[in-house]
Amino acid sequence: MFGDYSLGDLGAILAMQGFAGLILFSVYVLMALGLAIIFGQMGVINMAHGEFMILGAYVTWMTSTTVQHYAPWLFPGYFFIAMTLAFIASGSLGMLVEWAMIRHLYRRPLDTLLATWGLSLILQQAYRSVFGAREVGVELPDWMMGSWQATDSIQIPINGMFVMALTILITIAVSYVLFWSSWGKQVRAVVQNRVMAGAVGINTEKVDRYTFGLGCGIAGIAGSAFTMIGSTGPTAGQLYIVDTFLVVVFGGAASLLGTIASAFSISQTQSTLEFFMSGSMAKVITLLTIVAILMMRPQGLFALKVRK
Amino acid sequence: MIINSRFFNRSELIGFVSLAVLLFLILPLSLDIFRLNLVAKYLTYAFVGIGLVLCWGYGGILSLGQGVFFGLGGYCMAMFLKLEASSVANTKIQSTPGIPDFMDWNQLTAVPMFWKPFYSFPLTVLAIIIVPGIFAFIIGAAMFKRRVGGVYFAIITQAIAAILTILIVGQQGYTGGINGITDLRTLYGWDIRTDHAKFILYFVEVVLLFGCIIAAQFIRLTKLGRILVAMREQEDRVRFSGYSVANFKIFAFCAAAIFAAVGGAMFTLEVGFMSPSFVGIVPSIEMVIYTAVGGRMSIFGAVYGSLLVNFAKTMLSESFPQLWLFGLGGLFIAVVLAFPSGLSGIWADYVQPRIDRLLSSRKPKAAWTESSVADGAPAE
Amino acid sequence: MLIGHQPKEFLLAVSGLTVSFDGFKAVNDLSFYVEENEIRVIIGPNGAGKTTVLDLICGKTKATEGSIQFRGKELTKLKENEIVKTGVGRKFQTPSVFEDLSVFENLEISFPRGRSVFGSLTFQRDAKVKERVEEVAEMIFLKDKLSTYADELSHGQKQWLEIGMLLIQDPDLLMLDEPVAGMSVSERAKTAELLNRIIKNRSVLVIEHDMKFVEDIAHKVTVLHQGQILSEGTMEKVKNDPKVIEVYLGH
Repeated sequence: MFGDYSLGDLGAILAMQGFAGLILFSVYVLMALGLAIIFGQMGVINMAHGEFMILGAYVTWMTSTTVQHYAPWLFPGYFFIAMTLAFIASGSLGMLVEWAMIRHLYRRPLDTLLATWGLSLILQQAYRSVFGAREVGVELPDWMMGSWQATDSIQIPINGMFVMALTILITIAVSYVLFWSSWGKQVRAVVQNRVMAGAVGINTEKVDRYTFGLGCGIAGIAGSAFTMIGSTGPTAGQLYIVDTFLVVVFGGAASLLGTIASAFSISQTQSTLEFFMSGSMAKVITLLTIVAILMMRPQGLFALKVRK
Repeated sequence: MIINSRFFNRSELIGFVSLAVLLFLILPLSLDIFRLNLVAKYLTYAFVGIGLVLCWGYGGILSLGQGVFFGLGGYCMAMFLKLEASSVANTKIQSTPGIPDFMDWNQLTAVPMFWKPFYSFPLTVLAIIIVPGIFAFIIGAAMFKRRVGGVYFAIITQAIAAILTILIVGQQGYTGGINGITDLRTLYGWDIRTDHAKFILYFVEVVLLFGCIIAAQFIRLTKLGRILVAMREQEDRVRFSGYSVANFKIFAFCAAAIFAAVGGAMFTLEVGFMSPSFVGIVPSIEMVIYTAVGGRMSIFGAVYGSLLVNFAKTMLSESFPQLWLFGLGGLFIAVVLAFPSGLSGIWADYVQPRIDRLLSSRKPKAAWTESSVADGAPAE
Repeated sequence: MLIGHQPKEFLLAVSGLTVSFDGFKAVNDLSFYVEENEIRVIIGPNGAGKTTVLDLICGKTKATEGSIQFRGKELTKLKENEIVKTGVGRKFQTPSVFEDLSVFENLEISFPRGRSVFGSLTFQRDAKVKERVEEVAEMIFLKDKLSTYADELSHGQKQWLEIGMLLIQDPDLLMLDEPVAGMSVSERAKTAELLNRIIKNRSVLVIEHDMKFVEDIAHKVTVLHQGQILSEGTMEKVKNDPKVIEVYLGH
């Protein structure tokens, strides 16, 4: 099997495969972060998370087309505008959804799951009606094209590196918000004891709404980043939702670090397996492994042992 | 009221009889064979729905992977029919005659081992029950013994549906791939594609459906049914009353799986093929919505829910394909937010009282409001 | 193990029991013994580990170390439902009854027959069941509410119903977690009367804060503090124990 490759080639292939895994990892992390906030902090299963992500992708696509048309001089930096807009769009939609739907369902997690699935269908159809069924892709500014020649045989695409850098940045920002800012403390206070948090003057409804909004907003950014490496269609979000949920559950729902570690192990496993077998079999084996591990350790890999 | 040993109470009896009249008389007499066959197709989902009523409505276990069992039942049946359709005479033009066409296209030269039992119809019927049953048992035992429940169970069953779909699509040579197992013709030489056969199959299916309804009603009325309800509310209390909660959950999940599998097998017979598009995440969750619309606590509701939602689906997606997803999505949200007990709840709240009032002039309310012994605060 | 040659009269022998949650020892090297027909009350400040002790005995929480012997059987190795079958009944702090079922059905579920899956499928509501359910319903003041759904009961009635569900199991060891908490004065008096009636012929382990109530019923009191026994003995002895006084009144 490896006979045709020299040792150097093999190393290069492994490195590049590893890098492909890292890009997958970035997408997982970005999507899972938002989901982990919403699920881990609020216990809400948001099946429409993928569609919030796609909203971000469409916003990015619209921004890129608009900028190209009306303000070409902005084009090299349009991505940063797009990302902000994506965050705002998905975040506000998230807050609206929380207000209209989710807040009535906090005690019924299974029903939330069904209702958000319904929402995802509506959003998918809305995208199809507005943007068409065809997949759309953005044009990258020049500086994001091409790749960086690490060695003679190792090429690393710049857009991939950009997405990874973005992931790191956003992860740091989210951890800051959740763990060090006073708002994050409020969120965690509400998670631990809603009644008590309300009693000490925290507006729990507001905290819920902003938490949900933040999670959805991050999904929007994820969608924005997603356009850098792939094209977007109305149903693209659905393809990722189960994988992402597994990432979150596998990591232990309430642990941000666990989410990242699980995204890393899952994406690396999958991309490494893809080297040895067909993509579909790689996915089957990855998913089966996760399911098997979850059956043995239902609380996820990184959950603490607590008294219930 | 409590010490009621009758199998159906009055309103259930009315429900049972009217459903029987509808399915055995009205629909076959009023619909042409094309439409009747559509009804037959819709009714295959009612099998899944009845299982979900037991497992989700009563037991509180939401499985988002019922398509897996529907598919397993359907594939078992399809494998038998495909083998019968792939006789040497029918497949002369293949490079290996006598094996299913898709195997030939994928350079297989012999029928794989796990296909062999499906040469026999009795074994096939057995497999339709046993395979999904065992599969559900393994999943259920692994998860419920370790107290995986609620949303975790839902997500994991969904993942299993995804895995099975990817596997079926990926293993073309063994499963027929994305197209599924198609071009099914005869059952013991009896051509299932003719109008006459479809008419008969419809009745076979309705009889089986009533078998499932009666089985589900039986389970519901035994102590097991009450334990399921009890478990849904206070799992620990059931455990500390001396029951193994996991075993009851496994039972409900297996029963639901077997019902679904029977539906799947009938689907293959009625529609003439089976494909992964009835196995995956999307069909599985749609099956849940049929049940939710009918009323997650109502066995008859599951039947009506399957009929109505699928009827709406056919109507809307024929004439306004864009509206269908909006409608379905809206249905999910509405049924959860506004009508958690679905059609049967609406019936019980608005229609039934009127019928009762018409039928009897006696006052219908039970007198439970007599003064209480204690002066404690009302329940939270 | 210490308790290898335990004299027969101990119904429950807890020795060296320890449980830690991520390093925090909620119960630390705890040992105590309950005799046949003894009424033992566990008291102690919040967070002393009282409920955890009951959780450990009934199997809700798994012990990190130590042993719990009930009639010579090691409970730490059994599952919750198996522990129930050995004769241990547990009432929770907040009333946990089945609100979507009637009082009759609530009691019937606890009737110790047909507890396996197939047993419950073939379970018959025969005269014996009805008789027993009615008998217990009478004891817990709910005789005329048999067909009422449990969610229509008051808080106190739910507490009684749960006690009734335990009675119908006829356990040898009855564990009650704050049975009178949240009850009105008249309910409390009735509950004391009820408890006094049902504790005959069995051992009872009660957690309670209401000192008046404790004094009324306790044979022996165990004071827990930070997962360990601070003092044990008659109410009189415990009340005068300087360590107890310090924990309750000190600082």
